[in-house]
Amino acid sequence: MGDHAHGPAKGLSRWLFTTNHKDIGTMYLWFSFAMFILGGSFAMIIRAELFQPGMQLVEPGFFNQMTTLHGLVMVFGAIMPSFVGLANWMIPMMIGAPDMALPRMNNWSFWILPPAFLMLASTLFMEGGAPGFGWTFYAPLSTTYAPPSVTFFIFAIHILGLSSIMGSINIIATVMNMRAPGMSYMKMPLFVWTWLITAFLLVAVMPVLAGAVTMMLMDIHFGTSFFSAAGGGDPVLFQHIFWFFGHPEVYIIILPAFGVVSQIIPAFARKPLFGYDSMVYATAAIAFLSFIVWAHHMYTVGMPIAGELFFMYATMLIAVPTGVKVFNWVTTMWRGSLSFETPMLFCIGFLILFTIGGFTGLMLSIAPADFQYHDSYFVVAHFHYVMVAGAVFSMSAAVYYWLPKWCGRMYNETMGKTHFWISFIGFNITFFPQHFVGLAGMPRRIPDYALQFADFNMMSSIGAFIYGASQILFLYNVVATIVSGKPVSDDKVWDGAEGLEWTVPTPAPYHTFEVPPKIDPAHAHT
Amino acid sequence: MFRVSRKPAIDTTAKLVVVAVGMFAFVFVVMVPLYNVLCDALGINGKTSGQAYTAAQSGVDESREITIQFVATNNEGMPWEFGPGDRIMKVHPGAANTTIFHARNPLPEAMVAQAIPSVSPSRAAEYFHKTECFCFNQQPLDGETSAEMPLQFIIDRDLPRDIRTITLSYTLFDVTAMAGDAVATR
Repeated sequence: MGDHAHGPAKGLSRWLFTTNHKDIGTMYLWFSFAMFILGGSFAMIIRAELFQPGMQLVEPGFFNQMTTLHGLVMVFGAIMPSFVGLANWMIPMMIGAPDMALPRMNNWSFWILPPAFLMLASTLFMEGGAPGFGWTFYAPLSTTYAPPSVTFFIFAIHILGLSSIMGSINIIATVMNMRAPGMSYMKMPLFVWTWLITAFLLVAVMPVLAGAVTMMLMDIHFGTSFFSAAGGGDPVLFQHIFWFFGHPEVYIIILPAFGVVSQIIPAFARKPLFGYDSMVYATAAIAFLSFIVWAHHMYTVGMPIAGELFFMYATMLIAVPTGVKVFNWVTTMWRGSLSFETPMLFCIGFLILFTIGGFTGLMLSIAPADFQYHDSYFVVAHFHYVMVAGAVFSMSAAVYYWLPKWCGRMYNETMGKTHFWISFIGFNITFFPQHFVGLAGMPRRIPDYALQFADFNMMSSIGAFIYGASQILFLYNVVATIVSGKPVSDDKVWDGAEGLEWTVPTPAPYHTFEVPPKIDPAHAHT
Repeated sequence: MFRVSRKPAIDTTAKLVVVAVGMFAFVFVVMVPLYNVLCDALGINGKTSGQAYTAAQSGVDESREITIQFVATNNEGMPWEFGPGDRIMKVHPGAANTTIFHARNPLPEAMVAQAIPSVSPSRAAEYFHKTECFCFNQQPLDGETSAEMPLQFIIDRDLPRDIRTITLSYTLFDVTAMAGDAVATR
């Protein structure tokens, strides 16, 4: 080895030029947390405006910019990069690989993200304001009627799409080629499995999103008429293309969350995961079905009845593999030696709230009923139950679960549990009443509302402030752990945890598995 | 299995790049044309064919009468006066019918318009055959002039018997800015 460098470089260049999967994972995680705070502050403005009926704080146009940027920043800036960060940290350690397969591309896929979001956020200060056409950016609202800043929005989407594609190619190349000898596909930890399938979804649909925004760009600047009826195009085409990307996208967000929960619940139930094989097949089935259900987002555009029926039944079919997963998680806990540390609390919270979100999803899948629910607060409540209580709760669980391994220090358990309970209560106060106002007819994306919705909206806003504040506690807990947490030295931080990542020293050294580990052929999946 | 490179990671990467580029191309060369073909063929969205109908119909079905309603709408910002000559026509399936739409450009400068048709119920779209329509082409009008724009159509004899009323709606778009481009397909 001689003069071969083993530690990280010093100073800023360590982070700029790093090809180390742990460094890049850390940067992804911090970046996504920053975006979580940014998107969260947009949400606070939305809820402050909706605290009372009537126009209180902001202009309607600015309100629309807030709903748009909140959605874009949370989906593309917070949730997706956070799971990519987790994948970077954990996948090589879980499959016994020394690093990602393409470390230099890994560096690029992270470092093009901050400029993309800087550009997106900068549209707030441009003439005509930021995009205000909703995170779904339906044409012609996003083409004919868009502010001039839409071009920067398009470029930002192109860049972050490129980043996602590079990140997912890297994950597939790593999982397919760098597993330790003896680790067959059906021995991979479930987090690796769900990410492998997610990465295939990303490679398939991020280019579709890029195509959609490219068509917008051409309609706006180069005289084409993809989405303009006057020139022979069709605005409804936009919705088909967008949701052909958009529906797999929601599984891109939730499948890694499924993987996290499938790692953590067995650790705190002290039992192997129930139904490992069925978990893998259910994940693959969900991924396949996600490509043939997109039009359930657009039942009201005027589809033939045969189309409505097809998309309705196909959508309902997704409840089957998802039900298999929920069943397996519950059965893993059944008669387990349960303990309720913070990661487990977040997983159980995930399980309960995600299932509620799944049920409201099933309600929305019923085409004739959807005509009532469409674009109402019921939809807002539904997707926050699956996005926040699904993706964000599982991400919090993941941070608490692996943080001691990452930094060699234990977080404050009392503070962690407090974070969970405030999150859980705040989240439900925020979003549960939105089911009711939605069913009663309150439309989404409006800055003002009828008087009869006032009480529930005030509740929602109070809940949102509580939920928002609890994330500051989370940040404090994480920073305090890194700076001055109680040191842990056990390789296996949690007594019930299984998997290769718990065989390396704590804190995880800069380089791990430079020599591939031996996988016991008799040992089941980890 | 075909291999691009002897390094397995590079091989996987190269194949996945091909998939990603292929999906980008898929949007333009498959999704867009397929959507248009399907809408034309199945009459989805109430779209009628952009081409003149030429096939012959064998005789007139005098046993039933179909009510045709004409609706004219100006797209946002379109200043023309635009309306149907007949608001309602009663026709027999298989018979050739003629009507006109009035248009007047009230502004001093010349403009070009494009009418976009839509049929309701959308199931009827594939049975609504136009042999001549002002909507097949862009319509130029000099300033402060008016025109009568012809429409000839045949209702297919195979029109489902439960459809007794068909509404044909035209929305008029101002395409002066893009006129000259060969973008109008209907």
